[in-house]
Amino acid sequence: MNSKSYSLFLKDFKSELRTRYAINALAMFIIVAISVILFSVGNEKISTSLTGGLFWVVIFFTAMSGLSRAFVSEEERGTSLTLQLIAAPSTVFLGKLLFNIILVFAMNTIIAVLYSAIFEAFIIQNFVLFLVSFILGNIGLAVSSTIIAAIIAKAGAKGTLYPVLSFPILLPLILTSVQLTLFSLDGISFERAKFELAIVVSYDIIMLTASFMLFDFIWKE
Amino acid sequence: MIWKIFLFLLLAFVSIAGIAFPIVEKPSAWYEFPLIPGLEENAKIIFFHVPTAWLTVIAFFMSTIYSFKYLRKKNLDDDVKSYAAAQLGMIFCILATVTGAVWAKFAWGSYWSWDPRQTSIFALLLIYGAWFALRSSIESEEKRATLSSVYSMIAFVTVPFFIFIMPRIMTGLHPGSADDSNAGPVVDFKMNGNMQLIFFLSLIGFTILYFWMWNVGYRSILLREKLDKKLIRG
Repeated sequence: MNSKSYSLFLKDFKSELRTRYAINALAMFIIVAISVILFSVGNEKISTSLTGGLFWVVIFFTAMSGLSRAFVSEEERGTSLTLQLIAAPSTVFLGKLLFNIILVFAMNTIIAVLYSAIFEAFIIQNFVLFLVSFILGNIGLAVSSTIIAAIIAKAGAKGTLYPVLSFPILLPLILTSVQLTLFSLDGISFERAKFELAIVVSYDIIMLTASFMLFDFIWKE
Repeated sequence: MIWKIFLFLLLAFVSIAGIAFPIVEKPSAWYEFPLIPGLEENAKIIFFHVPTAWLTVIAFFMSTIYSFKYLRKKNLDDDVKSYAAAQLGMIFCILATVTGAVWAKFAWGSYWSWDPRQTSIFALLLIYGAWFALRSSIESEEKRATLSSVYSMIAFVTVPFFIFIMPRIMTGLHPGSADDSNAGPVVDFKMNGNMQLIFFLSLIGFTILYFWMWNVGYRSILLREKLDKKLIRG
């Protein structure tokens, strides 16, 4: 099963590198989103906590813009039936999940770098905490986004429905991750953030388990 | 039929008792409520706010149970029952949010302050809304039932966090938050005997009302579907 999911992931990854469609669109989206924030804020000084919150705003909307492609592109190209035939549902899900994890990490790294460069108030004081919460939060974001993408790929109004369905599911993750980001910006020690980290870890594990168990029902026609 | 009359009398009594019984410093008569400092007259909203919030969770829980049943047996009747429960859940969720906001206005000063429990009822409203949006975007019956059941179960996984964990651990204004030394007028028994009685009667009355409404709701949807099929077949 592992090598099959890995080959599925490689297929998506290579075709993405070939056309670079999603990467370009997402990179432009990130630049546009940050520009909108810059223009709306103008010359106002924004506090550290505000930049922490805005960080996750951009992350959420970039994820909504880019992560549904994993399943929607299969439906659009008419290849989802082939995919159903050649692999077990959990294999397909694992492959798509790997692709989305790589995509989320790439996007969020770009967003974090741009934020550090553009907003002076966005200075990460506790880098270890930021890194750990970054990794855990990205995994959670990828898992939830992938399972919801699988759901809307089979539904009707794909684009508009995706943020609507994802937001309530992602809300616990976003609330806790914003807290963790603010902690790392303020330089709170790793020890004091253990509770929120535990919440994110449990969210990741629970969503991963639930997604694997429920994907079979979505995938089989 | 008898129990419907009984339910009517129960809810009438609860509504009248909840609204009309006076609140006095030292309750002596059986129909007087004690004065809770900080709440005074407005304490009466507890008889209506807590049951609606409680029913929202029950309705959501039932909707998920029938979603789970549907996924196992693929019986469309289970999907109809899930839908009827979600409809009622949405109504009670809106009521809980509104009564909560009204209570917040005179207890905390503003209608909405993003207190953790207010945030969680809002999240529940979003989940219900998203569920209905998903259902309305799918044409085929089985696909609609399957996808909305899966979404219901995924959403249900996050609900315990919102309802039970988050409001109790985070600092907030709502009774029962992390920085509230008492657990609120219910658990802390600041209410005296008759107030508790009316409160529990209200809870029971509303729960029976919910189950009745749900029963009528899903049977009417099933009948309507039967009629549609008959009309098509001619």
